[in-house]
Amino acid sequence: MPMTEIRWHGRGGQGAITASKIVATAAFDNGFTGAVMIPTFGTERRGAPIFSSLKIAREKIYDLSPIETPDIVVVLDHLLLDEVDVAKGLKEDGLIVLNTPKPLSAYDFGGVRLAVADVNALSAEAGLPPGRVNSGIIGALCRAFDIVPFEAVLAEIEAEFDGKKPKANAEAARLAYENTTVGVA
Amino acid sequence: MHVIETGNVAAALGVRLAGAQVVAAYPITPQTPLTEKLSELIEAGEMDARYVPVESEHSALAVCIAASSAGARAFTATSANGLLYMHEQVHWAAGARLPIVMCVANRAVGAPWNIWNDHQDSISQRDTGWIQIYSCDHQQIIDDTLKAFRVAEATSIPVMVCYDGYLLSHTYMPFAVPEQEKVAEFLPPFQPAYALDPSSPANLNTVTLPEVRLDVHGELAHGYMEIRYLLQEDLRNAVQVVEETDAAYQEVFGRGGVPLVEPYRCDDAEYIVVGLGSLTYQLRDVVETLRAEGHRIGVLGVRLYRPVPDAAIAAALQGAHGVFVMEKALSYGYEGALCSDLKSALYDHLPDKSEAPFVKGLIAGIGGREIRTADLADALRSGLAGSIPDPNWIAIQL
Amino acid sequence: MGTRGYRYKTSHSLPGPGDGGNTGSWRVERPVIDLARCTPARQGKEACFACWLYCPDVVVSRTIPPEIDYEYCKGCGICAEECPTKAITMVDESVYHEHGEG
Repeated sequence: MPMTEIRWHGRGGQGAITASKIVATAAFDNGFTGAVMIPTFGTERRGAPIFSSLKIAREKIYDLSPIETPDIVVVLDHLLLDEVDVAKGLKEDGLIVLNTPKPLSAYDFGGVRLAVADVNALSAEAGLPPGRVNSGIIGALCRAFDIVPFEAVLAEIEAEFDGKKPKANAEAARLAYENTTVGVA
Repeated sequence: MHVIETGNVAAALGVRLAGAQVVAAYPITPQTPLTEKLSELIEAGEMDARYVPVESEHSALAVCIAASSAGARAFTATSANGLLYMHEQVHWAAGARLPIVMCVANRAVGAPWNIWNDHQDSISQRDTGWIQIYSCDHQQIIDDTLKAFRVAEATSIPVMVCYDGYLLSHTYMPFAVPEQEKVAEFLPPFQPAYALDPSSPANLNTVTLPEVRLDVHGELAHGYMEIRYLLQEDLRNAVQVVEETDAAYQEVFGRGGVPLVEPYRCDDAEYIVVGLGSLTYQLRDVVETLRAEGHRIGVLGVRLYRPVPDAAIAAALQGAHGVFVMEKALSYGYEGALCSDLKSALYDHLPDKSEAPFVKGLIAGIGGREIRTADLADALRSGLAGSIPDPNWIAIQL
Repeated sequence: MGTRGYRYKTSHSLPGPGDGGNTGSWRVERPVIDLARCTPARQGKEACFACWLYCPDVVVSRTIPPEIDYEYCKGCGICAEECPTKAITMVDESVYHEHGEG
């Protein structure tokens, strides 16, 4: 299998880097020797739109340049759609994973696969403070993209959030996993 | 054990494993998370060392010079203008023959201000008498940091481990963390050749006359020139020490084997791209693309830049028809410093000068200008067709 | 076409908002002026202007009443901190976005 390129869009301080690191670690532990995560450089200010590049492959990855043609785009905040062309360069059979309170039918990306979940609400339901979406969004991603067993991802979430509500973070991911709608938009 | 962490954390874990006893540093992006990690480890009691907060990079290295003179294993780290601010002490540490290790998370220098990656900071320190190693990924960063202490202590010469700011310092990737017991086998406690001792006072590196002299014991002591020659001689011999250290590391940990240069698909290559750091790994994908188009091309990463492994470089390039040197820094007013060094190595080592490959310099990624793999391929395609881009700065928009 | 014709050979950043791009989107909290407590607004004449003076990004106008340019305000909160009559409060930015969507 060739390389999978996942571009994460979030805001500085929202935890997109931690989320993609969790997926990278789970992938590595499940045989993906190449798992690199390249953050946006220099604009990691709180609130500013940021993106990071997660590349997953069975072999070591040597190219650390930012992703230009993603297979998957993960968006942690639907308000970013007004500011950033998140679908830029998305491959033809690509997938967008979006945290939004709106239904799938509210979106038109020109016929790509779209997975939506109201991660804000589901994370609050799981007992996380308002705005903590970076564990939940992983659940939505895993629902639409089953590269690694979801149980392994949950274990990695608990490990990463050790001492920072590990159970609630895992629960947020599970709720998002169970409440993600996947379709074409 | 493998972890997925940043390059800065890889360096910090290497420093902890090496058992550095004194850490002094001043924060500067993109190095800061490295020394933050060390201060956390020390604060939490997970590393038995003294962390000395200082008011500048100059003081950071001054503290390391004092600590090393007193026989402690000392470490610092910096980037860009921090390294330049340290410059006077950088020379001093080498002249004083102190085995300090410093990580440099490579960053462009001002003016104008820029926090992103290129190599101008460490390249501009090449004449200070330090050993300079360039790491290409996190595994090399942690392994090189450990090796650096052994090389420094074996040669009494300070070592700079250089890695690309952001591209490596802030990027996450998997790497193996060596086991502490095995590290003890590879790197025994520091046995200083000389350590300051209050019960037997001495004054180090005082004014040293141009001529040799008789010391208090009536022994013939070095003049300045002898001391400087010995630094040069030991630096030249350090090429072999770096090789031996790598061999010893390989024996314990099973990794390494490319202490001087790291070739990729160079065996049958007509054309070879040469560079430093993570760029040479990115170029592997470009080499694959161009090979698929029928070009016999390879890439040679220079891992040890000071002392220059001239014989190894010349041997690796011998037989090539053309060489492209791709650099993230230059000696302003001429060309990339590596390009000049490489031509020099070829001139000295190739028996038949008429068979020397052509050598063309290219500049890329200055101040963090994105290095697109496609742009690298395009630049090399024109080079292979006989005309490198003019100007030879890839992706410049003038 | 590139930058060769640019008027300077070095980096020049000119005073005024906008030289660093649209920085308003960085805001997590928005400074909002309560005109009933703002000195120049209340007195109807030039007075105080501490917000204008302290704003590091020059996005507060020296007008009656002072106005904040939300295109470029980064939401640092210095104006709210410095306002002697506590007329400026920092409001969570998400309130405005969700309101804007209806």
